[in-house]
Amino acid sequence: MLDIKNLRATVADKEILKGITLSVQPGEVHAVMGPNGSGKSTLAQVLAGHPAYVVTGGTATYDGEDLLAMDAEVRAQKGVFLAFQYPVEIPGVSNAYFLRAAYNEIRKARGEEEVDPMSFADVMDEKMKLVEMDGDMLTRSVNAGFSGGEKKRNEILQMAVLEPRLAILDETDSGLDIDALRIVANGVNSLKRPDRATIIVTHYQRLLNYIVPDYVHVLANGRIVRSGGKELALELEEKGYDWLLEEAVA
Amino acid sequence: MIETYLEGFDAFSRNGGASAPQWARSLRLSAIARFEELGYPNTGNEDWHFTSVAPIAERAFAPLTSGTGRVSAAQVAPFSFGATDWHTLVFVNGRFDAALSWTDGLPDGVQVLPLARAYDELPLLVEQHIGRIASMDAHTFTALNTAFINDGAVVHVQPDVEVVRPIHLLFVSDASAVNGVAQPRNLIVLDRFAKATVIETYATVARGAGAYFTNAVTEATIGEGATLTHLKLQRESALAYHVGTVDVRQARDSHLVSFSFAIGAQLSRTNIYTELRGEGCGATLNGLYLGDAEQHIDHQTRIEHVAPNCYSRELYKGILAGASHGVFNGKVYVHPAAQKTDGKQTNNTLLLSEQAKIDTKPQLEIFADDVKCTHGATVGRLDENSLFYMKSRGINARMARELLTYAFAADVLETIELAEVREGLEAATLRRYASV
Repeated sequence: MLDIKNLRATVADKEILKGITLSVQPGEVHAVMGPNGSGKSTLAQVLAGHPAYVVTGGTATYDGEDLLAMDAEVRAQKGVFLAFQYPVEIPGVSNAYFLRAAYNEIRKARGEEEVDPMSFADVMDEKMKLVEMDGDMLTRSVNAGFSGGEKKRNEILQMAVLEPRLAILDETDSGLDIDALRIVANGVNSLKRPDRATIIVTHYQRLLNYIVPDYVHVLANGRIVRSGGKELALELEEKGYDWLLEEAVA
Repeated sequence: MIETYLEGFDAFSRNGGASAPQWARSLRLSAIARFEELGYPNTGNEDWHFTSVAPIAERAFAPLTSGTGRVSAAQVAPFSFGATDWHTLVFVNGRFDAALSWTDGLPDGVQVLPLARAYDELPLLVEQHIGRIASMDAHTFTALNTAFINDGAVVHVQPDVEVVRPIHLLFVSDASAVNGVAQPRNLIVLDRFAKATVIETYATVARGAGAYFTNAVTEATIGEGATLTHLKLQRESALAYHVGTVDVRQARDSHLVSFSFAIGAQLSRTNIYTELRGEGCGATLNGLYLGDAEQHIDHQTRIEHVAPNCYSRELYKGILAGASHGVFNGKVYVHPAAQKTDGKQTNNTLLLSEQAKIDTKPQLEIFADDVKCTHGATVGRLDENSLFYMKSRGINARMARELLTYAFAADVLETIELAEVREGLEAATLRRYASV
């Protein structure tokens, strides 16, 4: 589904990704872990198409197509979704309007009919329950004045509505209390399907107690220094990242 | 050119303006003398530092002295926000048009009528107020307007009367206004505990016909405990020149809620002034200016806190595209006696292109020592992170820009209580930048 080969990227002329190779198949959950500054979030942003990052080498194909050549909105329309580490506040645009606009854009891209506000309200009812959110958040501006936990839940709500095939969660767990973490994890788990894949970018192992990964990759200094199964995450939790970094240098 | 007006004044005094009462004729005489003395302001004048009036000064706009009778109800309908029951006075090229106007069903104690009739029906009221609020000492365009006082709207609401439906003063120009100047002079008087909403719209039914000039002055006085909601909507033709002044005096415990919307004209200047003269007053001055192409849109506001324990809130926002140029000059002046003044002033402008430009000058002048006043201005561009966020949800780049542009204006538009106007202006804002 997603094939990343030797991917390199810079931001403000500084090289952050120094050759990432990663392959994700439908139905799989991959965790990308690593210390601060290792390039985890950059990888997520590059895959979603953030304009501040410049790809300087390597390839990424998605369903056989060149992902890196697509505009950000085309990636989204083809089923790539990034849950932001820092969701953006957009005062003046209501959640309901924003979500319906996105939902319809994606439907249009799939050749499906757009939905009117009434039918969309039905879609929303069901999804809101999934992330335990109140209906009044729909009339509020996108993320404006939301608490950290509300913002992250809103990301998962958007994901639930847009039903991506490849979801990338960028430190969705950071700053969440245990209840919010559980809600977010339930949301993600309930969207799991054999034709969908998830990449979880995280600093901590904690989220992986709730969303069990098939593979764990450790990123350090712009490269994947270790890949393994879910037990690798536990090892990291116990021993920290330092031993891997030392190994990588050696 | 000044000469055009001086010559026009003589003709006007003999003909169209001859029937005015004596006080009005002497007011006009002193005004034309004042206008000649002042001349046009240049950019060395602090109040006109960022706006050159040369395009107006160099032209010879002829005073428009008669209506045309050629504008139909269907042509003015687009400016009525779909409302059919508002008390409406329509003026064509500055002249009252009785056939297009509609003031049935006004409550007792409310008069809405053209100035010529007010001379007869409300002689004391007009004499007491006209020329007494809007100062022409340093204001060329007010002097010019005063010299040609002949028509306009007079609104009088007697004590304790609430006018539920809005009063709409609609000033339209048609093709015969080209190369002419219309100078409506309006008066709004709210007595004690009265309440009314007055909308002034300046628009054209002949888009693209040619340049014309509107030079409007509105004087308003809000009595004790009274509330005036005033909306000035400048939707002139893209070729027009517009100078519009609203000057308000507020008595104790009165409230002014003002909104200025400016989208039209190649050069416009809007002045919104208020003086809070009694304790316990509140003034809210909000506005939105939308520029594109070569437009120049200037706002000057002045809030004078004369008395203690008053508040003022001001939020002006602007969106500038193309090579348009915006100016915001907002003064909050706190007199020595105005202790406990609570003032907040904000100006935010969004620039959509490299060529667009804003000069913003929020000013606080405080001469009292126990006040709470803040002011600030921001100038920004569409936020790249917000654009990316929307695109990452599948929303295409054009729609994302439109939504963010609109969202920028949303909070100030939301302050308009009148739903028809709020929704109408929201739609106008969306349309304006649909292709940017």
